[in-house]
Amino acid sequence: MTAPLLTRRQFGKSMVGIVVAFTFAPALTWSAEAELPGDLGVAPRLEAWLAIAPDGTVTIFTGKVEIGQGVLTALAQIAAEELDVALPAIRMISGQTGLTPNEGFTSGSQSMEKGGAALRFACAEARHILLDQAATRLAVPVTTLKAADGVVTAADGRQLSYGELASSGLFHRDATAKVAPKPPAEYKIVGTSVPRRDIPAKVTGGASYVQDLRLPGMVFGRIVRPPGPGAVLTTVDMEAARRLPGILAVVRDGSFLGVVALREEQAIRGREALLRSAKWRETTTLPDEGRIHAWLQAQPDEVAMVSEKRSATAPVVRRLTATFTKRYTAHASLAPSCAVAEMSEGKLRVWSHTQGVYPLRASLATVLKLDPEDIVVAHVEGSGCYGHNGADDAALDAALLARAVPGRPVKLQWMRDDEAAWEPFGSAMVMQLSADLSADNGIVDWQHELWSNIHSSRPGRVGGVNLLAAEHLAVPFAAAQGQSGGEDRNAVPLYDFPNQKIIRHLIRKMPLRTSALRTLGAYGNVFALESFLDEVAEAAGVDPVAYRLRYLSDPRARAVIELAAGKANWRPGVKSDGVRGRGFGFAMYKNLACYVACVADVSVNRQSGQVSVTRVVAAADAGQIINPQGLEMQIEGGVIQSTSWTLLEAVRFDRARVTSRDWESYPILHFPAVPKVEVHLIDRPDEPSLGGGEASTGPAAAAIANAVSHALGRRVRHLPLDPGWIKGAVL
Amino acid sequence: MVTLDVNGKKHAVDVSPDTPLLYVLRNDLGLNGPKFGCGLGQCGTCTVLMDGRAVLSCMMTAAAVVGRKIVTLEGLGSLEKPHPLQQAFIAEQAAQCGYCANGMIMKSKELLDRTPDPSEVQIRSALAAHLCRCGTHNNIIRAVQQAAREMKS
Ligand code: FES
Ligand code: FES
Repeated sequence: MTAPLLTRRQFGKSMVGIVVAFTFAPALTWSAEAELPGDLGVAPRLEAWLAIAPDGTVTIFTGKVEIGQGVLTALAQIAAEELDVALPAIRMISGQTGLTPNEGFTSGSQSMEKGGAALRFACAEARHILLDQAATRLAVPVTTLKAADGVVTAADGRQLSYGELASSGLFHRDATAKVAPKPPAEYKIVGTSVPRRDIPAKVTGGASYVQDLRLPGMVFGRIVRPPGPGAVLTTVDMEAARRLPGILAVVRDGSFLGVVALREEQAIRGREALLRSAKWRETTTLPDEGRIHAWLQAQPDEVAMVSEKRSATAPVVRRLTATFTKRYTAHASLAPSCAVAEMSEGKLRVWSHTQGVYPLRASLATVLKLDPEDIVVAHVEGSGCYGHNGADDAALDAALLARAVPGRPVKLQWMRDDEAAWEPFGSAMVMQLSADLSADNGIVDWQHELWSNIHSSRPGRVGGVNLLAAEHLAVPFAAAQGQSGGEDRNAVPLYDFPNQKIIRHLIRKMPLRTSALRTLGAYGNVFALESFLDEVAEAAGVDPVAYRLRYLSDPRARAVIELAAGKANWRPGVKSDGVRGRGFGFAMYKNLACYVACVADVSVNRQSGQVSVTRVVAAADAGQIINPQGLEMQIEGGVIQSTSWTLLEAVRFDRARVTSRDWESYPILHFPAVPKVEVHLIDRPDEPSLGGGEASTGPAAAAIANAVSHALGRRVRHLPLDPGWIKGAVL
Repeated sequence: MVTLDVNGKKHAVDVSPDTPLLYVLRNDLGLNGPKFGCGLGQCGTCTVLMDGRAVLSCMMTAAAVVGRKIVTLEGLGSLEKPHPLQQAFIAEQAAQCGYCANGMIMKSKELLDRTPDPSEVQIRSALAAHLCRCGTHNNIIRAVQQAAREMKS
């Protein structure tokens, strides 16, 4: 594992002077009007993105980080393709402050669109520069040169390798984005299912995760969280904990409590001792879990008209309405969050599975009152995160503990209940829909009104530093306000309805801390929209697939719907036998990214009310495909995770505490219940590449809900599915 | 001092006998295969083989495994010489984040040792207590099936 941090200077040395005096200074000549593609503008110097060593090794610097979806493999493919080097010659350095470009967060399925586009142009231009060099050295016209496998060959057979050509300072210049990347027809590496680069180590016990990081002199930390939001630490016997074997420090700052020990199990025992003696003043201010949706609707809100469309239409003959809900849901990463931090002579080094090293660094600097320049944050993988989980919070915890043992790296590992009770959750939501129908069963007016907490309160986003422990310190930092916008994701239908009104109610008051969970509000909104559309189609007596197509003009949307329906052998008008059901769901993620349509088959156990999803057929169009197998796995992974959310998942709480604190109280889908999944991809080599990591969760949920409604003959409107309700529905 | 037999070698480790095996393997022996996921016996990421049986190393103390043969992911095979299961997990790309892979592979090793030709249902039920949050299950099933074929031939 490349644990010890590299600085750019050290890196430069290791590359034999290829990278010198690197800076992230603004471009020398680049002007604001000439917008650079993707993220290229955040670091418009070519050397910010790549370096070539004398042995021909190409190092790619990316601010995007691996969150378990293969992004580094896909980005390496893009770089290798544009540079004309073999894939193994590419080395990826990702997510380290001061070393890689500041590409914000790895989130929102934008790594290909933003990070990929930047690399594509940077590498195309780098190749062009290398060829120019070769032309000069060989004294031949550049047009007579060919490049392959990192070697430039002249018509007369003379060769120069990239390693020989890449002299010091060659990429010390601004990117112009004037060199056109390869036309897709010439692709050899992009568009193929090259194997993920990280898997061999992961299945043979290589050091792959921040949990596997071992530094000299490293010690172990654990934290003790309050029992619930709003609880305040009144007394704790720190001395008793200090007397236990191996304890190096017990740290208390307000209601933040933690322990550092020589050995991991000693830290855990220290934590247990603190838990036993700690007295908390608890508040019972959480809303009634059973009435959470009514509570949301009763809170002060910020109302916005998201979309309104008015036009003259046929007279309305009937109106349908329905209310849909979802509960608070968890990322429930398989590994509780973890970070390593070391404080030495006023400088802090942090290794974290954060999705954004720069925003995390800024927030850490604020809380710890350090100059950001004195902090290095390096990304090291954790388990899959699916959005904003406890990663950043654990980084602050580790730093707070590291301050107590200067000079020693502290590995801070959250216990399961730390993650289960304190990760930021996906918001509960209410969606009220109505549709006005004309005499010919057409939709003349569509209304979607939703209530939700915030869906993004990542570090660095508006208001507050958004790191959990900061809110518990003796001098606390304000709780996060978060950034609005995710609540209404995919609430606006892609369907062409002549009239529509989409209204969102943002409820700032968060009973439980909420932030970005895979797809943000789109999961709830697509579930509601696509369920309700089915309901309307049923009332109209029209096949739901045909009804969708009737309102869709976008040919790519139509194509995925037709593909999914075709592959699943969708037949209109099939009656359910009361046990088995089939449903359809579709969305274009964010209404501007990847298209996915799903057909789900379910069977309902009429005695127990349990639903099993037996098979899901998905079709996806993510524009140009970089790695088909990788994309397929993202789509499939989203379908399976969504199945779990839809069938099983809700964060549980009483008036004081989160009560779902382990895998028994927050169950997720188990192996025997996992559906078979078929994914069919449409490749659009001439369209921009769109991320697929989030695209399938909404459509899968809707397809499952529609399938259960089909089986039961009664509409499912509340997630997760409730076996008690289903049993009642079949009586 | 506790002496453990791990991956065919004896290791004398200076730990309190009630230390969970998981931490001894990870911190004293420097092994990465067994992973901490819950420490509660609910997720399967910490699985190792004890005398050929898949056990949860977070739920066993070091003292309890004295005299037993422990095998971890590292003991199955290596990057250079992967076990057929590891090879199949690579070939089927049966990992998204990969954090569950250790448990999936170790449990499947136990399964294939007893049931060389498992049905899909047998694979699913053998792995029922092993959680995967990324939704890699179907690739994992294919990998186990591929390894089974490989190990028979
Ligand atoms: S860590 Fe042992 S079962 Fe979860
Ligand atoms: S691959 Fe991430 S938990 Fe299984």
